[in-house]
Amino acid sequence: MNMLLDGFIAPLDDFLAASVRTATPLALAALGECVTERSGVINIGLEGSIICGALAATIAAGSVGVSVGFAAGLTAGLLVTVLFALFTVYLRADQIITGTAITLLSLGLTGLLYKSVYGSTGVGLTTPTTSAVEVPLLSSIPLVGRALFAQPLVTYALYLLVPAMAWWFFRTHGGLALRAVGESPDAAMAAGVQPRRVQALAVLFGGAMAGLAGATLVLAQSGTFVENMSAGKGFIAIAIVVLGRWTPFGVAGAALLFGAASALQYLFQSLGWNAVPYQLFLVLPYVLTLIVLARASGRTAAPAALARRELTLG
Amino acid sequence: MTPATRTALDVVLRLGITLALTAGFLVVLLVITGYDPGQSLRALVNGAFGSWYAITSATFVRAVPLALTGLAVALAFRAGLLNIGAEGQLLAGAAASTAAAAVLGSSLGAAALPIILLIGMLAGSAWAGIAALLRQRFGVLEVISTIMLNFVALYAVGWLVRGPLQEPSQIYPQSVALDKALQLPVLLAGSRLHVGSLIAVLLAAAAWWWLRNTASGFRLRAVGLNSSAAATSGRINVARVSVSAFLMSGALAGLAGSVEYTGVTYALYENLSPGYGYTAIAVALLARLNPLGVLGTAILFGALQAGGSAMQRDAGVPIALVNVVEAVIILLVIAGDRVRLSLARTAHTVTPESVPPST
Amino acid sequence: MTNTNPTASALALRRVHKSFGSVRALHDVTLQVRAGTVHALLGENGAGKTTLMRIAFGLIAQDQGDVLVHGDTMRNHSALNAIANGVGMVHQHFSLVPAMTVAENIALGEYGRFDAKRVSARIRDIGERTGLVIDPQARVSDLSVSAQQRCEIVKALARDARVLILDEPTAVLAPDEASALLQWLRGFVAENSNHAVVLITHKLRDALDFADDITVLRRGESVSTGAADTFTESTLADAMLGPGDRAHAVESEVVPTITRHTDSVGAHHVVLQADALTVHDTRGVQRVKKASFTVRAGEIVGLAAVEGSGQAELLRAVSGLLPPSSGRLHAPADVGFVPEDRHRDALLLDASLTENFALRDAGTRRGRVPWTALAARAADVLRQRDVRAQSVQVMARTLSGGNQQKFILARALDEAPAALVVENPTRGLDFRAAAAVHDALRDARDAGIAILFFSSDLDEVLTLGDRVLVMHDGVLREVPREREVVGRAMLAAS
Repeated sequence: MNMLLDGFIAPLDDFLAASVRTATPLALAALGECVTERSGVINIGLEGSIICGALAATIAAGSVGVSVGFAAGLTAGLLVTVLFALFTVYLRADQIITGTAITLLSLGLTGLLYKSVYGSTGVGLTTPTTSAVEVPLLSSIPLVGRALFAQPLVTYALYLLVPAMAWWFFRTHGGLALRAVGESPDAAMAAGVQPRRVQALAVLFGGAMAGLAGATLVLAQSGTFVENMSAGKGFIAIAIVVLGRWTPFGVAGAALLFGAASALQYLFQSLGWNAVPYQLFLVLPYVLTLIVLARASGRTAAPAALARRELTLG
Repeated sequence: MTPATRTALDVVLRLGITLALTAGFLVVLLVITGYDPGQSLRALVNGAFGSWYAITSATFVRAVPLALTGLAVALAFRAGLLNIGAEGQLLAGAAASTAAAAVLGSSLGAAALPIILLIGMLAGSAWAGIAALLRQRFGVLEVISTIMLNFVALYAVGWLVRGPLQEPSQIYPQSVALDKALQLPVLLAGSRLHVGSLIAVLLAAAAWWWLRNTASGFRLRAVGLNSSAAATSGRINVARVSVSAFLMSGALAGLAGSVEYTGVTYALYENLSPGYGYTAIAVALLARLNPLGVLGTAILFGALQAGGSAMQRDAGVPIALVNVVEAVIILLVIAGDRVRLSLARTAHTVTPESVPPST
Repeated sequence: MTNTNPTASALALRRVHKSFGSVRALHDVTLQVRAGTVHALLGENGAGKTTLMRIAFGLIAQDQGDVLVHGDTMRNHSALNAIANGVGMVHQHFSLVPAMTVAENIALGEYGRFDAKRVSARIRDIGERTGLVIDPQARVSDLSVSAQQRCEIVKALARDARVLILDEPTAVLAPDEASALLQWLRGFVAENSNHAVVLITHKLRDALDFADDITVLRRGESVSTGAADTFTESTLADAMLGPGDRAHAVESEVVPTITRHTDSVGAHHVVLQADALTVHDTRGVQRVKKASFTVRAGEIVGLAAVEGSGQAELLRAVSGLLPPSSGRLHAPADVGFVPEDRHRDALLLDASLTENFALRDAGTRRGRVPWTALAARAADVLRQRDVRAQSVQVMARTLSGGNQQKFILARALDEAPAALVVENPTRGLDFRAAAAVHDALRDARDAGIAILFFSSDLDEVLTLGDRVLVMHDGVLREVPREREVVGRAMLAAS
């Protein structure tokens, strides 16, 4: 009996830990995008910030150290969105098109730079990684203890960030200004808020967070850089924001769900249930997002001015 | 100078400036990353246009799916629909054609080919139809839903080529090779240029004529320009026009997948499309959403991809460079547009309070 | 708060110039608003009133000249700066975030922590002190138009505004609501000698009855300024319109008491008839409640209502754009419709005039579009209806507002529909363009077309309408064409 239970407990434990681990970079990028979208800008170029963050983190961590790697990833993600902000906030170019171009640009540039830095094969490239830090006592809670409290520091940063962001959104004038710009830039402007500055800052914050997400992919997970390793995580982050209904706690929950879905395949494999194709788990979150969107009648919760090009007063 | 020649001159001039700036950027980038720009660019140009074979079998062959998906995006954008889902619709088309070919086998001979293509179009349409339905019934932004559906399509193909559509030996994640009789005929002997190129040209011309001259084409444009005015002052059924534009767009992208399958790859596998559906956005935009222009820009991007492959092979420059060049072209075009627009605005700004009395 | 000299200026603009590209919006305008007074800024649409006040409030920058608030010159002026200096502005199209609550809207633009309870308490406090009562937790999108306006004023007061700028505040209100607001403004300036109000209006009566001082703008220049009691309706009209247009001005301001086409009423057949018509809007809210009316061939029926009373849904139902949910509607197959929002609902701004002309039949046309014939037809229409455009190939965007409206009306009237429905026919037009639109509507009436129109300007309803319908909260009734009666019916105070 105990043996049988153990047979389930161990994989389940691993599954929960893997869920949180996989969710961490997704949550970082999605929380950033959540702020960006609240200001009325949708950054499809998020993917670009993630991949650039990943490469910068690889280079910096390899030559200096892990913490510098995180800082480099954040900075690279930020720099990519400077270009995006310039085009969308100041030139008022179409956000979708600019974002698509930025993604292309970043995937291309990182591919190119990676090969010119590490040679054409890049075989055997590994970077130092952060190790998990176990929180005493908490990590020994059955089942969820290890999943939640034996993670790298960057995950713990999220535990603080999510409530802090929720508080900031709804309990500060800064959060008020952000939401107002996303709903009605004209009204915000008449109240003394500067919509362009708010949007630019929101976009840059989103880029920095995506860069951090890219760094996390390398420094807390894979330990190596691979071309196109962002693998659509920028788009997944956008889906997470939608699924999370544009609130920090919602986004965190949705990120965990996406993390769990991709971890589920490993659980099934370790349990020997190979009859279910693993693509089903990968597809599940996207389908779920579409269903949630449809049930909640999409636009009602979305910022009213999302993806709008003109600030009519500007 | 007539307005038409002035517009044509303007377009050519702007294209020239864009390409010159891109080439300059490319040289700088090659120097920075330590490649020989002369050798690399020679390889690029030769790979795309260096020989009759390069033009027809490399550039044109790659231009075909770009032209079809480019048309798909152009039609959708003209109708005001941000269909980012051409990639998923293309995969749906390719997958459905593969399934159709498997079912039909060689029983009908070459007569099965049109059926296979048609089924691909229908599948692309259906895939786009999901996004259209979500938009119409539930107000889900199509930007988001089409991106989601791209991933669903990608994973679905991943499953199909390891499951129901996998080749009999079950070693490779791809479908069985397409029967010779069901392959799109080659157009020019000695090249790989297939009949799909002819289909793309005919469809581009048809789309151009239809948008310009027919009532239904005008309805699509009116809805795209201002859906509220189209409904109120044109009494146009906006929902119907939007949905049919979405379905048409999906059909074109689906056809791109079918044509790629029956004309080039002869098998379904995960990386069947190197992001044609995403590049299509650039193709359509650079053509200013003009269906005839799409043919030109598809050849340009086809040449870039063909030349990029050659550059990787002959000069060791990573193919990723092509992505960079494409992105730079898009950004230059947008920047140029926005700068022109703001110049035009300062020249005649019209605000409600500054409208001169209509004497 | 220090008590300044009552004759000191609360707000002053000195020699202000402003151009938008090649268009001169303001030329050498000086405005002195004395503390403790209501100052009316009078002028036609397009005279530059709003531009001037947006400069005063820091929303746009002047090319030349100074803005002074309580004697201090504003440098690097911005809305934030204006607010910090005690200036508040109530915009014509309200600047509230519909998805947010009253409290959130009022707190918007401040810094630090947002304490909803404290802001709500402050709003209640202001309500008790000033009588401007509003629920802090209500969503702005759920408020009536007059409550939204109240919210705007409370927003300004919550930031200790001493100078209030109101842009056409009475345009959206029923007459009784309007006079209550104007009375409140008088009380506001009387309460503290530091307070002042700038009232942007195009209504002579409001300026004469409620303002201490009046400044008149015409085509971007200040043409006359002085104490209100030094003006009369006729001198103000002269100043606003320039000497040439005087005769027209009287016609547009004074309501004729004789019904012009009495003889034709009854002589013509009924074209539009509604019996107990009920209409729900797209969200399923019942907006028109059992409305019954008739419009005959050759008459203009005016509809008066406060914004949001269901008039928009009624007009759209009659035009065949919104299906009624119950009742009977008798209407011809072709009802022309001219919506109030030209840019949103009537024009493809980035398409040619020919294409805009083709838009009218776009929904029903089949096969090929006869572009050559349509271009010729559109050119004819431009000529006949005096629409000023370089050619039919230019973008609709390049036309002035007046010419756009004339074009839209001409398009609706082409091929003489049996009935025409018009919504706010002259919104945003200057006097000359408005007069041309009125003439076109009267000509159409005389040609036998049945016309139903709504205007949020009561004077327009009374001037143009042969008969008057009033709508309040979805309930429609016909009333005598008398200003007093119509005004009261708009608030349902019968």
